[in-house]
Amino acid sequence: MRKLLVLISTTALLLSSSLAISQQTLRVLTWKGYAPAKLVKAFEEETGIKVKLTYSNNEEMIAKLRATRGAGFDIAQPSQDRIAFVQKKYPIYQEIDFSKVNTDQLITSMVDAVKKNTAVNGKVYAVPHCYGTTGLIVNKKLAPDANDWSDLWNEKYAGKISYRLKRPLLIATAFGMGKDPFALYNDKKAYKALMKEVETKLIEGKKYVKNYWTSGDTQVEIIKSGDANVISGWDGKGWTLHKTNPDIDFIAPKSGALGWIDTFAIPAKSKNVEGAYKWINFMLAPKNAAYFTNKEGYGTASKGATEFLNDEIKANFSRSFTKEDIDNIKWHPPVPEGFEKIEAKVLDRIKAAK
Amino acid sequence: MKKINSIFYLLLIPVLAWLLISIVVPHLDLLFKSFRFENDDGLMVFSFNNYLAFFEDDIYWLTFVKTALYSIAVTLLAFLVTFPVAFYLTKVVAKKYSRFMVLLLLIPIWIGELVTLYGWMILLSDNGVINQFLISSGIIDAPIEMLYTHFSMTIGLLYMSMLFMIIPMMSALDSLDDSLIEAASDLGASKWTIFRQIIIPYTVPGIVSGGIIVFMLVIGDYVAPNILGGKSSLWFTEQIYNQFLSTFNWNEGAAFGFLLLLLSSSIVWLALKLTGQKLDRVGS
Repeated sequence: MRKLLVLISTTALLLSSSLAISQQTLRVLTWKGYAPAKLVKAFEEETGIKVKLTYSNNEEMIAKLRATRGAGFDIAQPSQDRIAFVQKKYPIYQEIDFSKVNTDQLITSMVDAVKKNTAVNGKVYAVPHCYGTTGLIVNKKLAPDANDWSDLWNEKYAGKISYRLKRPLLIATAFGMGKDPFALYNDKKAYKALMKEVETKLIEGKKYVKNYWTSGDTQVEIIKSGDANVISGWDGKGWTLHKTNPDIDFIAPKSGALGWIDTFAIPAKSKNVEGAYKWINFMLAPKNAAYFTNKEGYGTASKGATEFLNDEIKANFSRSFTKEDIDNIKWHPPVPEGFEKIEAKVLDRIKAAK
Repeated sequence: MKKINSIFYLLLIPVLAWLLISIVVPHLDLLFKSFRFENDDGLMVFSFNNYLAFFEDDIYWLTFVKTALYSIAVTLLAFLVTFPVAFYLTKVVAKKYSRFMVLLLLIPIWIGELVTLYGWMILLSDNGVINQFLISSGIIDAPIEMLYTHFSMTIGLLYMSMLFMIIPMMSALDSLDDSLIEAASDLGASKWTIFRQIIIPYTVPGIVSGGIIVFMLVIGDYVAPNILGGKSSLWFTEQIYNQFLSTFNWNEGAAFGFLLLLLSSSIVWLALKLTGQKLDRVGS
């Protein structure tokens, strides 16, 4: 009996001590590269909060938080178009208290756009962090003319094409075919029909594809190794590759690069809400945001960061985007509920096709 | 006696609690989920639709059939490749060396599947080690396409599961008395007869238990088909993953998970029946 008591009291002690620790930790669910080691260290020194990082992507973030109904992490970084429909169905995030966010240091138009796109029943669920585009990463020496989404099924580059077979690629294919999928977001039937056309196009073009890349690492690997010359990719990755191999660069497709904004959102059962707001304000402070952008290449929502940016970063942007390209960026609107089901079948059929 | 009993039960509690909380409850939850279906009105109702979807849409069951056939082929290949190794390690080479060699076999497992597979990518890529070597030595002019094909996927699956075939076979071969082989050879049996009549029948339990492990590992693998497999390498586990993570349809994903468990178990059962083996004998 005494042993049992000892056992119970030690477990209780362990549990309570782990609770005490969790008050001083911040569990961050983010993308690789979004929390550079130097900034994490500076944040820990400044606030005394220990940071624990978990790397993920949009789909996994949603699945992880859904499994725990919004517990297990104190802050997450989903893309702005993937918040509203999830929040409507499974309340995994909590409302952002903008009085705690230092909005003075943010680009107003981006804050407004994110507020609009992530609102559910008048409550806002995200703060913008960074933005970028999906376009083409091309080896310009070997494929000098590749400049549009339609080059991803161009016979000219047979065997040297690669892309990530996920929903952005379906959207991109539609744009490459001269259609506007975003205009059909309120018409499920028409969207389904468009996806059918996209499916046919990508199955026809499959014989030219080397392989579908699946992660940021495989994306870099496949063009770096020369296994592919024309791939879909993120601007930051393309510019990082350009640094090591000047032949490779990011190109904004003529029919429009796809623009995304990644955000900060606070899970419903976050145990360290105060720490989460501190993290948001810290990461978006001009100098810190500039450090992130200089390192990773993605644009930041921090207003004052521009003056701390390297010339190289500015050069990247002007090299890949003309004035028309910028105006032509297709920003992802919030994904309507149920659309992912349509797309998943299409993706499966393309992957299974000969 | 009574005291031992109470300690026994006290020790049993954490084991049972662990099994219940981490295995039974989640499975029951998934089983329950797999029978829930969202109807057109957005309500969750009890239904078999998630299971029926597997049979109605040919993409799902075709993928499963493909995955199963591949897994069987990989299992057979694993046997062909590893039997000579297991035989060599138990019967030919001296004990002290064989221990060291088994250690070498273990190393890839320590490194982790993902890293080993990236290693294979470096070897097999168009500009990879093997192609560079073949080109520079003048054997071929243009690189052979090896990566992102069924070939590279098979290599990856084989490499990751080989060890699980070797170990059970080695333990079976280890207990085979060498004097049996000597006696057969003294009585004039040819090498082939010895192999067929003595060695193989004696090792069958090891082969079968190794085969079951390899088959289950391969059919449930996700990483190798995903990384090394090419553009057409849709594996059934990938479809389960997609149901959970891309479509957010956990109900369908759960149903597929149970179908995978059920169908692969019945394949194993069928294989046991066909080879005349019993699971309890194989397990020992």
